[in-house]
Amino acid sequence: MLREVSARPVAPVPRPRFARLARRRSADAASARRWQPPTTERPLARWLLIALALGFLGFVLVIPLVLVFVEALKSGIGVYVAALADPDALAAIRLTLLISAIAVPANLVFGLAAAWAIAKFQFVGKSFLITLIDLPFSVSPVIAGLVFVLLFGSQGYFGPWLSDLGIEIVFAVPGIALATIFVTFPFVARELIPLMQEQGSGDEEAAISLGASGWKTFWLVTLPNVRWALLYGVLLCNARAMGEFGAVSVISGHIRGVTDTMPLHVEILYNEYAFPAAFAVASLLALLALVTLSIKSFLEWRHGASLKAQRSL
Amino acid sequence: MDISVRRLCKEFDRYPALNGVSLEVGSGELIALLGPSGSGKTTLLRLIAGLEFPTSGSIYFGKEDASQKSVQERNVGFVFQHYALFRHMTVIDNISFGLRVRGRRNRPSDAAIRKRASDLLDLIQLPNVANRFPHQLSGGQRQRVALARALAIEPRVLLLDEPFGALDAKVRKELRRWLRELHERTGHTTIFVTHDQEEAMEMSDRVVVMSQGRIEQVGTPDEIYDRPASPFVFSFIGDSGELAVTIDRGEVFLDGRSLGPLAEGLPDGRARMFLRPHDLEITDDPAGAISGEVATVRRHAATRRIEIAVGEKRQRIEVAVPATRGFVPEGTQTFRPVRCRLFPAN
Repeated sequence: MLREVSARPVAPVPRPRFARLARRRSADAASARRWQPPTTERPLARWLLIALALGFLGFVLVIPLVLVFVEALKSGIGVYVAALADPDALAAIRLTLLISAIAVPANLVFGLAAAWAIAKFQFVGKSFLITLIDLPFSVSPVIAGLVFVLLFGSQGYFGPWLSDLGIEIVFAVPGIALATIFVTFPFVARELIPLMQEQGSGDEEAAISLGASGWKTFWLVTLPNVRWALLYGVLLCNARAMGEFGAVSVISGHIRGVTDTMPLHVEILYNEYAFPAAFAVASLLALLALVTLSIKSFLEWRHGASLKAQRSL
Repeated sequence: MDISVRRLCKEFDRYPALNGVSLEVGSGELIALLGPSGSGKTTLLRLIAGLEFPTSGSIYFGKEDASQKSVQERNVGFVFQHYALFRHMTVIDNISFGLRVRGRRNRPSDAAIRKRASDLLDLIQLPNVANRFPHQLSGGQRQRVALARALAIEPRVLLLDEPFGALDAKVRKELRRWLRELHERTGHTTIFVTHDQEEAMEMSDRVVVMSQGRIEQVGTPDEIYDRPASPFVFSFIGDSGELAVTIDRGEVFLDGRSLGPLAEGLPDGRARMFLRPHDLEITDDPAGAISGEVATVRRHAATRRIEIAVGEKRQRIEVAVPATRGFVPEGTQTFRPVRCRLFPAN
């Protein structure tokens, strides 16, 4: 009896020990599999979110964009080229390019000046100015157009006086340019203000202490420090200037071949059921926007590293 | 170039940052402006540079009134606290900036500018970083490039704002010695701002101690340390403890107990007694000594600091004893001031 009792445990003794060890190991492995970074979702949630985002993007952005090009080219390349070669269409393209050639440089200068004032000086009404810069984003473009009609129209405040001087603003190029400048004002300033505020005026102080004049300091130090932000601002400003509809629509008067910009021309063609022509001009407009976006992405990719280094220093 | 600052005042939005400061700096001197933050030391430096304009008072460079001159005309080398290197330019372009922006008449030839820049790179012992960008350099290297850039314009005065503030302790120590040697070689009149008293004492010919927009004392490091002119300087420079005492005909009393005739020539009445930890010695003889409860004992490099709570107000006084000496850190201890400094309390 006694011998049996003592003999029996001999063999099984190690087993529970190994078993426990094995169990612990498998528990480790399981917890390792279950462990995930605290900010990561479960796979199902992840896939749902991605599908939702992509699906929405495809439905709202990609399909319409593709459709523009499909519709434009549906009736053949000949019709497409003819629609673009139409004198009215050519006039609209010319006017759009002219307007953005006026609005973009103007807002480049205004934006730089405003950002400079806000970032480098302390003055009364500064926060009010910052709010004001955003106004064109929050006000409907139609209102912007109406304001200029009210100011410069034949019944407006300055209209009669200006028309006595022989200056036409409403229903003419100056009005369209003014409305476009108003609507696209925030783009350059908005890009520059945070960057210039972050950089402060230390570099400028260093430059003038080394004997540089204010002008040289601006060209050699301030401008290079903000060049990428400035370029982004200009590209976005340009895209919006070419695509602006509401404000321009109110102030242009829709004079075919004279005050029609590309977006207005698209609308006119569409209302006349000239769908292939409407889509042809629309596709050109979309193409211009796509080119702008790709230039922006290319610059980000090409100079991303130096941009990051600049911001972090 | 010697500099003379006369009754300089500066107010920011009616808040006085500098209150009638006068200072003479000799040619070739290395001067430290030392003080806590908000004491006006950086304001003074920026006023000398011309980066701020004074509310009143004047600044002379030699015999010439520089107060109304612009920064560009003053020809000063300014090294900024965070260096302000131009991030889009290489090191060599940074250094030659000051020469390249000169008007055509004063500008050296391209070859001369290149030569000067590479000489300066040798001077700051960084001959191989010419084509790197600032963000590719370490903090100490950036500091030296900033210095080279300031030296490139052959400034009349070199001004440095917290030159080692952003560096770690080891690099700071190396750069201090290096800057001191550089100053001996180039001989520029140099003024630097620091809040680190060790830095000020170790590097400069004379130290200007500032507090609340005023100069408290100007003197050599020895004078500042051994003969502080005011309670502020005494407590700001080095470690010190303070006791409230009374003086009666030259004899000093602490809570009615005499500490001996330590205050000859000082007016009777209440006074502040300042003591340095290493000017105190532990003693067994109670005559003229101070007793108190041991509060804490700390190790401090080669010494042990015994903090003793003294008197009715239990003011803490630190006594330094050699760390090698055995010591029981409890109970009552008695110590005697070997040296002390008394200021009338007002």
